[in-house]
Amino acid sequence: MADGQNTLSGSRILAAVKASGVSFVLSVPDITTSDGLLRPLANDKELRLIRVSKEDETIGISAGLWACNTKSLILIQNTGFLDSINAIRCIGVEYRLPICMMIGLLEKESGRPPSRSDKFGVKIVEPILDVLGIDHALIDNDDDVERITPAILNAYRDSRPVALLIGRSPQP
Amino acid sequence: MKRDEAFRILARHLAGDIVVATYTSAFEWLVARPDDPLNYVAVGVMGLASSHGLGLALGRPTRRVVVLDGDGSLLMNLGTLATIAATAPPNLYHFVCENGSYEANGGHPIPGQGIIDFAGLATSAGYRASHRIGELHDLETKLPALLAQQGPVFVDLKVTAGVAPPKNYPHLHSAEARAAFRRAINP
Repeated sequence: MADGQNTLSGSRILAAVKASGVSFVLSVPDITTSDGLLRPLANDKELRLIRVSKEDETIGISAGLWACNTKSLILIQNTGFLDSINAIRCIGVEYRLPICMMIGLLEKESGRPPSRSDKFGVKIVEPILDVLGIDHALIDNDDDVERITPAILNAYRDSRPVALLIGRSPQP
Repeated sequence: MKRDEAFRILARHLAGDIVVATYTSAFEWLVARPDDPLNYVAVGVMGLASSHGLGLALGRPTRRVVVLDGDGSLLMNLGTLATIAATAPPNLYHFVCENGSYEANGGHPIPGQGIIDFAGLATSAGYRASHRIGELHDLETKLPALLAQQGPVFVDLKVTAGVAPPKNYPHLHSAEARAAFRRAINP
């Protein structure tokens, strides 16, 4: 197996996010992305991190920023995604706004697709996204990182939500 | 004081400002300040008005953003007080219309009706200033100085329902209302 399929670099993810023109990251801490993504992001000079109390706040904040032609990325855990579904349903799906979510999959087993996880909260994420009609991509290794920039750009171009599922803890 | 009468006073003082209005309050606001493209009504789900307002305040830091929240709505998203206080946008003014009931959902009482001190919660969360106003005269006289304060500022308006206008939900959720607002702030 090539190296790019065995590792996931947080710095590469951040570079891909910046390349999409995102300037705000809205987040509740997620243990999957805590050390490799959120901590370096908090010290980044180009991205402004807004720490929120509860995940559904990010959907409203992102909509307000969109109205101002400002791109944002939501960085949350799958538990927070599940908690925010009504806001995503209305503002992302029914309003057709580019709500871009990066979702850490808590305790997803390495090398196993989310749909085959033993963790119920992980297993149901992709089917729920499918029911909502939200495009999604699994970011499980460095080879997958190239999906991030076009996914965000396309979401803003087409005004529709997208979910990027982080399948393992990125390295800082 | 009646909410629609309070809104007529607000409308006179908020010319050129972005105003986020939600559900029942939104219908009365749209009567108080009709046909103004700076009315933001695309809150979508109950509770998130102040979160939309925070996004707008961050995206347009040189413009004043006023949120007309409901007390039931704010209770659904109390964490927003900590988020807004920590982010500290100087251009955000967060009003809550406290009538003690879920007016949009049958008029049932909110938990803690008449007990909760919303302005106290905002102060504890870290808002730069908090106010309680229950009389129209006080609103008229205090508003200029209040709006001159650096945000985030919180104002608890003690209100009763005003004259109920038609509930035009299709307008609140319309793509055209969102597009018109976006055109207005991105000329």
